[in-house]
Amino acid sequence: MALLEIKNLAIHFGGLKAVSDFNFSLDSGQLFGLIGPNGAGKTTAFNLATGVYKPTEGSVQLCERSLVGLPPFKINRLGLARTFQNIRLFGGLSVLENVLVGFTQSVTHGFMGTVLRTPKHQREDNHHDDEAMDLLATLHLAEKADYPAASLPYGDQRRLEIARALATRPKILLLDEPAAGMNPQEKVDLMGLISFIRDRFKVGIWLIEHDMKLVMSICERITVLDHGETIAVGTPAEVRGNKDVIEAYLGESV
Amino acid sequence: MATNAALTSQSNVVRPRLPVWVLNLLITVFVVSLYPLNGVLEKFMDPYYLRIVIFIGMNIILATSLNLFNGITGQFSLGHAGFMALGAYVTGSAMLRYNPEGMAGSFAQLGMLVAGGIVAALAGLVVGIPALRLRGDYLAIATLGFGEIIYTIINATDQIGKFEIGGASGLHGIPIRTNFFWTFAFAIVCVVCIWRLAYSTKGLAFRAVREDEIAAAAMGVDTTFYKVTAFVIGAFFAGVAGGLLATYDGNLAPESFRFSRSIEIVVMVVLGGSGSITGAILAAVVLTCAPELLRFFSDWRMVIYSLALIVTMLVRPEGLLGRREIWWRRRTLARVSG
Repeated sequence: MALLEIKNLAIHFGGLKAVSDFNFSLDSGQLFGLIGPNGAGKTTAFNLATGVYKPTEGSVQLCERSLVGLPPFKINRLGLARTFQNIRLFGGLSVLENVLVGFTQSVTHGFMGTVLRTPKHQREDNHHDDEAMDLLATLHLAEKADYPAASLPYGDQRRLEIARALATRPKILLLDEPAAGMNPQEKVDLMGLISFIRDRFKVGIWLIEHDMKLVMSICERITVLDHGETIAVGTPAEVRGNKDVIEAYLGESV
Repeated sequence: MATNAALTSQSNVVRPRLPVWVLNLLITVFVVSLYPLNGVLEKFMDPYYLRIVIFIGMNIILATSLNLFNGITGQFSLGHAGFMALGAYVTGSAMLRYNPEGMAGSFAQLGMLVAGGIVAALAGLVVGIPALRLRGDYLAIATLGFGEIIYTIINATDQIGKFEIGGASGLHGIPIRTNFFWTFAFAIVCVVCIWRLAYSTKGLAFRAVREDEIAAAAMGVDTTFYKVTAFVIGAFFAGVAGGLLATYDGNLAPESFRFSRSIEIVVMVVLGGSGSITGAILAAVVLTCAPELLRFFSDWRMVIYSLALIVTMLVRPEGLLGRREIWWRRRTLARVSG
């Protein structure tokens, strides 16, 4: 059984079947893509996996443990971290603090330890500071550690979201359009960074992206959604030649 | 990418300059030294001014504790006076019934103050768990309702068992034990606790909840737990401040813990800058002194006081200090701990 296993997942909003009969599995070290036209249900699939929505039917399992019905913070603690399509950084906190928030769940001392500043508290906080700086260095953000997150340029904010998600020590990382709004060069750099992250942190990465060229270039397998239904699954080459996919994106041929 | 290791070792992390045990010792020594200072002040300071100073201390506790919930965690409570009332009546009526002489009295006082805080904290827990499902305006109204319920209950209760409550006519004759030392010892404990909570990795979760609840949850932060914790800690210190007031004045009137008292504390937090601890302290000082300084204008006093507030909020809508602290440097405060 794969690390992340999704079976027959579906959610209906009233009569609208936003996602139906969705199947997916991902292991650590793999990099899979999820594509589809606007409104196809890609982000909804992410929201189902991370507990933002509760599925109407189907199962989501991480390490053979069911995630259905768990609140988002528990799902994150079990090892499923995500970024957001519309960036959701803690704008008023510094870049470093944004990453440190990801470490709050690994703090083992209690509030008393924090108030008394016990040696254990200091050890842990210092250790987390170093680790956070490490992550920022990996994502090329170390020089901006003390800037307010909201003041960063767009591309940096996207990378900071990834750093923050990595701080929660995920087994699986879900990236929701990480390259949106970037210029072509930034996109190429980011894709390099994503494969690097997969190798360095040994995580499985599941990626939503609009830019077909990019997805095709780095993903090993791609799932294509349209109107909530899976219309194709396969390697980039297979998906590229698929008739349904071309129709979904370009419309039917006359 | 190969430079990672090099970057780690020289990361620009700032450690506190003083070892923490030295800092803790200094704080303890400072608190203890308030005791002789209290004697000096009582001997040489005009009682009217000393009274203002003591009220500043109580307001520092109230503003800082509410700031943890309203400012740092970004929620909105209008029920702080309710917790204060609980603490005041628990401490007040317990001291009224049981007031040993000398040293034992001081320990009784300490115990009763903490007991008042604990009762307020428990009330915070009971109210907080259901109420904190609400957000913004709805939460404000729910907490406002809580405050008024506490007032109504106290107003209608003459006795609980053998403990005097006094009902609408108030509780009188509480032994007066609180002075400058007691007030500021608790004020320092309160400020140190909340400062250290706010500026630590664990405490970052409070600010993450303020910034973006959904993102905080996605980062593994149990948002409900942190909101309830902030509420309960705030309630505890409000209860202690109430107990201090009871044993300083010797009299309690239920009306003094109504809505307007909660508003007064909210104003301190907002004026100082929601989320700024030093801002809340500054505002507590300014807003306690202002009405006294304005006595000169007699009838126009409250008009001018209100106008000054309006003008301040127009000029600095984010409050006197915004979210910064007085000695804010560009360094993130998470690491200027201590």
